Amino acid sequence: MASRLMALWDWFDSRMPSVGEEFRKHMSEYYAPKNFNFWYYFGVLSMLVLAVQIVSGIFLTMNYKPDAALAFGSVEYIMRDVPGGWLIRYLHSTGGSAFFLVVYLHMFRAMLYGSYKEPRELVWIFGVLIYLALMAEAFLGYLLPWGQMSYWGAQVIVNLFGVVPFIGPDLALWIRGDYVVSDATLNRFFALHVIALPLVLLGLVVAHILALHDVGSNNPDGVEIKKNKDANGRPVDGIPFHPYYTVKDTVGVVVFLAIFCIVMFFLPEMGGYFLEYNNFIPADPLKTPEHIAPLWYFTPYYSILRAVPPLFNSQFPGVAAMGIATLILFLLPWLDRSPVKSIRYRGVYYKSALAMFIVAFLVLGYLGVKPTTVWGQFGFDAFFLDTKDRATWAARVCTVIYFAFFILMPWYTAQDKVKPVPDRVTM
Amino acid sequence: MRKLLAALLFAPATLLAAGGDALDPAPIEPRDLVSLQAGARTFVNYCMNCHGAQYMRYNRLTDLGLTEAQIFDNLMFSADKVGETMKVAMSAKDGKAWFGVPPPDLSVIARSRGADWLYTYLRTFYRDEKSANGWNNKAFPNVAMPHVLWKLQAEQSTVQYDITVRDLVNFLVYVGEPSAQSRKSIGIVVLFVLGVLFVFAYAMKKAFWKDVR
Repeated sequence: MASRLMALWDWFDSRMPSVGEEFRKHMSEYYAPKNFNFWYYFGVLSMLVLAVQIVSGIFLTMNYKPDAALAFGSVEYIMRDVPGGWLIRYLHSTGGSAFFLVVYLHMFRAMLYGSYKEPRELVWIFGVLIYLALMAEAFLGYLLPWGQMSYWGAQVIVNLFGVVPFIGPDLALWIRGDYVVSDATLNRFFALHVIALPLVLLGLVVAHILALHDVGSNNPDGVEIKKNKDANGRPVDGIPFHPYYTVKDTVGVVVFLAIFCIVMFFLPEMGGYFLEYNNFIPADPLKTPEHIAPLWYFTPYYSILRAVPPLFNSQFPGVAAMGIATLILFLLPWLDRSPVKSIRYRGVYYKSALAMFIVAFLVLGYLGVKPTTVWGQFGFDAFFLDTKDRATWAARVCTVIYFAFFILMPWYTAQDKVKPVPDRVTM
Repeated sequence: MRKLLAALLFAPATLLAAGGDALDPAPIEPRDLVSLQAGARTFVNYCMNCHGAQYMRYNRLTDLGLTEAQIFDNLMFSADKVGETMKVAMSAKDGKAWFGVPPPDLSVIARSRGADWLYTYLRTFYRDEKSANGWNNKAFPNVAMPHVLWKLQAEQSTVQYDITVRDLVNFLVYVGEPSAQSRKSIGIVVLFVLGVLFVFAYAMKKAFWKDVR
């Protein structure tokens, strides 16, 4: 049996050798640093969730109806009458949140170990593009269940484009295809969600991995393993990705799937954070919900949007701040002037800056799911208090920290007292 | 500035102190078939005069330990075939004319409102001469719906009425997600399989990584 399979492979390989070549280049002869830790699981987990989303999405598409009159009912039809439909739907809804969770942790890893620094700037740029495409994909997909939050969330986000000076109203109209979010909007969002953005995402993922494999992986020490090669030209601190990291990642995948399944089978709504309660009310264009909250993964940016005060009665500054907050990520490789990559050898400045940034990001995320009155109001009056909501002021402080982390980075990373970096990786 | 700082410092404490309107926890038991059947009976006799559950099929109620014949004889007043969905006979237009708002479909009401809210709502109607239909509600002030269960509440003791509402809410939670119970039992099997898989995956990782140091 084994020899027959080998003979079949030889037959195949002699006719199409590029499959074997690519496998060697990207798997069995791709040398990865041997000291990857916990944080290095989230790349492969992102790919896993992408696969889950594509496969569950295909099956959802077989039963979903992109029609304003039928969409909400078709989701309930999937939940009740389609065999295994509830599983497909929960795979996709849990997968959406899981995607952002693993991507956020993957990005945090890059910030911990300076994975965006030279020579990996392109890897980072493709990564940020993936993140932006993912946000678009999630936003478009969230309209499809056609619940109240789907509808009003889309209404709010599309209206954001409406505040852009001069072209705003026409731009919003062009996106919607109508004067309000309607059947036309649902149809185009469906098309973009199931085909356009998945194609973009897949292309970007390929570019991300090709760019990574050309320069090689970073590691928790931020040491370039390619600088230290043996007689055969292999990095001394490198091990072949296959089988070493395929077997290691298998363990991570199983643990991740266990956590994923606990949520999917026992807490699919995740307390209203993965599936919002108000989204079980069919979309009603005539009834605005009291509190419109985006899903948790958008809330840091939503908080920034709400925190920035309007200027000359225009909400544009908030929208601009929100846009810049995501786009500024592209500049990270050039803002960071530190001679070392890994947090292990950085000084107190970067460590405290990163800690404050993470706290600010989490607080912004928390405030974004709550109404601005969540922390009550100040009991005093002052000329500078345009709003007395404590939460809005907290969000403003966090917004300043968010931007200061990037804007001051060239200064504090250059001033930081770094520790000497070892020649070899540490296990 | 000091006040601002203090406010920021103590903000989390204020957050904990502020709570919403207290709801009575609904003592529902999703595996109690007798309770679910009683809830189904109340639902078709009282709620379904105005509300439907248009995504729920009658024959799905076999989940509650009923045969299709029992469902047909006891629970179907406005449908001919057991495969039909639990639609309401009243049109949304009439509902709007009579109540001001069309009575909402209740298929997923337990998923949007939550069991505790429903349990509180159905037990907190009170007489209000100022409202159009003579009723008002503590959980839903100025609600358009009159107290449909008032006769039951008058006939039954408080304990009995609480049980009636409990059964009804139990049923609504079931209708909100009929596959919820099988979802959980499948989940346990899947987690067990993943546990076994973990043992092998971990052993394989250990074996392959023996020579890496």
